[in-house]
Amino acid sequence: MLLIRCPYCEEERPELEFRNAGEAHIARSANIAGESDDDFEKFFFIRSNPKGIIYERWRHMHGCARFFNAVRDTVTDKFIMTYKAGEPKPAKLPGASK
Amino acid sequence: MAKAAAKKTAAVTPSAERRPALAGQELSATGVKLAVLPPAERISLRAPEASVAALSKALGVTLPRKPKTSVAKAGRTALWLGPDEWLVLDQAAKDPLADCAKVTALHSAVGISNRNVAIAVTGPAAAATINAGCPQDLSLDAFPVGAASRTILGKVEIVLLRTAADAFRVECWRSFSDYVFTFLSEAARDAAA
Repeated sequence: MLLIRCPYCEEERPELEFRNAGEAHIARSANIAGESDDDFEKFFFIRSNPKGIIYERWRHMHGCARFFNAVRDTVTDKFIMTYKAGEPKPAKLPGASK
Repeated sequence: MAKAAAKKTAAVTPSAERRPALAGQELSATGVKLAVLPPAERISLRAPEASVAALSKALGVTLPRKPKTSVAKAGRTALWLGPDEWLVLDQAAKDPLADCAKVTALHSAVGISNRNVAIAVTGPAAAATINAGCPQDLSLDAFPVGAASRTILGKVEIVLLRTAADAFRVECWRSFSDYVFTFLSEAARDAAA
């Protein structure tokens, strides 16, 4: 079982308590009605789906019930770090040598 | 408890009798004992940081700010569930909802006394019994006495509170209580083996 660090509970908790909530840092337009169909399609349907590092929203559903963001490697399924919702994308990832 | 309440309001005859789920059910296995606890007053409390002091004063128990902790005082226990969410239990039949009603600071208090059923799991094999369906580390280092957390047991969500080194209080939704008690009964037999 994966252990995921919840930034609100400040400890690693079993994955069964969590739910994935899709890709993170997708900004909703302030003027959604004025968006062109193409822009709306990009916002609504198109996700990066990378091989490697992905920024995701997760929810500690059966714990503190908070949404937070996680950086995960889609190849190894390893969680690189987690941070609170609303915080900016981390500029530097721990352990990153690139 | 029902008798005491009836005496106080002798003039008003209740039209319906409340029947707590699984009332009084117990199970004993080697090293672990399960018991459905008597009804208690409960509220679900949500409040921003600025209201915590006023609410703590009104409730008579300091709302914990640290994750996975609880504070107990005079039959009342406040369990940290989230950064702005607490479960307040009262086993002295004093409704915490009434205390919160006097507080003018922003908060949301919802009475959930009869939504939950509490099951006590006690004995040296208590942690092993709960771990049959709960993936959290229940060693005394990771989950000390007084630790509290919302988590899962088998397929349902529970709130777990460690009341002593070998005693837990499992709070689950009333409609799930049958499942939880049966699950724990099976687990108790396994833990004993």
